[in-house]
Amino acid sequence: MGTLTDPLQYGFMQRALLEVVLMGIVTGAIGTYVVLRGLSFIGDALSHAIFPGVVIAFLLDRSIFVGALAFGALTSVGIGVIARSQRVREDSAIGVLFAGSFALGIVLISSTRNFTRDLASFLFGNVLGVSESDLILSAVIGVVVLATLILLHPQLMAASFDRLAAQAMGLPVFALDLLLLVLISLTIVVSLRAVGNILVVAMLVTPPATARLFTDRLPQTMALSALLGAAAGVTGLYISYYHDVATGGTIVLVATAVFLVAWVFSPNHGVLGARVFRRPLMVTEPEAQVVLESPGIRSHEG
Amino acid sequence: MTVPAQNSGQAANSAAADHDSCLVLRDVAVAYGRKVVLREVFADIRRGQVVGIIGPNGSGKSTLLKAIVGLVPLLSGKITLFGRSVSGLKDRIAYVPQRELVDWEFPVTVFDVAMMGRLPSIGWLRRPRKQDVEAVEDALDRVGMLAYRSDQIGRLSGGQQQRVFIARALAQDAEVYLLDEPMTGIDSATQEVILRIIDELRAEGRIILLATHDLASASCACDCLCCVNQRMVSYGPTLETYTPEVMEQTYGGLPVIMLNRPGAGLRDAHARDAHTHAHEGHSHTHDGHTH
Repeated sequence: MGTLTDPLQYGFMQRALLEVVLMGIVTGAIGTYVVLRGLSFIGDALSHAIFPGVVIAFLLDRSIFVGALAFGALTSVGIGVIARSQRVREDSAIGVLFAGSFALGIVLISSTRNFTRDLASFLFGNVLGVSESDLILSAVIGVVVLATLILLHPQLMAASFDRLAAQAMGLPVFALDLLLLVLISLTIVVSLRAVGNILVVAMLVTPPATARLFTDRLPQTMALSALLGAAAGVTGLYISYYHDVATGGTIVLVATAVFLVAWVFSPNHGVLGARVFRRPLMVTEPEAQVVLESPGIRSHEG
Repeated sequence: MTVPAQNSGQAANSAAADHDSCLVLRDVAVAYGRKVVLREVFADIRRGQVVGIIGPNGSGKSTLLKAIVGLVPLLSGKITLFGRSVSGLKDRIAYVPQRELVDWEFPVTVFDVAMMGRLPSIGWLRRPRKQDVEAVEDALDRVGMLAYRSDQIGRLSGGQQQRVFIARALAQDAEVYLLDEPMTGIDSATQEVILRIIDELRAEGRIILLATHDLASASCACDCLCCVNQRMVSYGPTLETYTPEVMEQTYGGLPVIMLNRPGAGLRDAHARDAHTHAHEGHSHTHDGHTH
């Protein structure tokens, strides 16, 4: 056990451990919606869009959450307005604005004396430098995000599964979309310290995509995804400690490796696993589809 | 026997009290951007009436349903339910969209989907009550899907998925049911279930609108037909609208094979309803909104 406990004699490692666990849980949970709603590109865009906000807040010594949210909102509105003109498609508008926003952040931070070090810590994370106040802020934001996901679970699920029917019932689907974007922005800010700006999207996408291979219900998917995110964070942290490599990159690599293994071997949806553990009535199998289509077949089963 | 004339005699004799028990569409027009896709829709639909919306592809059938439930804004006209604007009565209208529009790989169970129909009555930040669970179980039972309550929705056949969608609408316990192509690409067992549910809803005094390109089932299941092709061509009792002339106008000269001509094998309910309509005159196909 020494291998696991030795690093924890240092305060910075204790804080780093808590930070990656928090980050893994929150990104895993909210990332489930990113994956199910096909928001990977939006998530990537948001993480870049908030960059100048984070930099300005850093330069002015203000809360990076406020700066990040302000720029997240600003860019989202900008995308909406530009995409309204018929000549520019929405994905082009997103591409233009998030790259431009990111460039603004780089120019701004290049004015500081410790340019290279500061830029690197924003882009790739610096989890070993997490302070106690960083940790408290992450915990508060994490609780807010998770509580919102739990309290509004029925509405978020209905709006994500069948948007038209949800809207027809009177659910405010646009407000729920906006809320989801705000929650994603908050989560990205929480993750900046651990994995940095560039790799945040991996934590939003990889653990949920992995969890999706094993589960068929939304709460289970979110729980497993949060667990996988936290586990990847802890494993990555220890590997990076003992091998002296970049923490953020290692965490994402661990998550990616887990996904690849799961993709090959998962009993439900994996490419290899589905053959080995093939279950009757799997819709992914063409011949099973035909069986399913014939009415009444299930009633003979049991 | 022509298309409804614009601004033709506006239901002058209709009593306001009558409208308080109806879903009323008054000169409804819908546009996507600058393109007007549907116009001149007039209809008064009473409780216990089943109205089939028929017309060729792209004629505005789905658009009309979406307009009623507020998914697309009206260019002009008015839609009221029981004398009130439908915009404030969304929870009283159950909408069953086309199956193709949903991500069936989404990790939800049959029970989860049916429970979504209870959301308007449960409200925000509350857990389902006992009566919500009972309503969902009852709805699933009515469509024969209670045994599948824990199955992921994507593992079902198309017909079974459609039944779960119907169950979600039943769980909502609405006054108006809007079904968009419920009979498309499903097995015959499910078709029978849907036809039975429509009959039950009619008997309970609900209002049912059914968009379909299946003329045979529409003429058989519906009391009235609303024939559209970019605009309303005709509205009236099935007996009077399901004629070669109206079909010719609706489908613009496309060959239409008419099975189940009215009179042959129509159910009692339709015959009864057609009679109750008779006194309202035979000019429905002319101006489409006599009552």
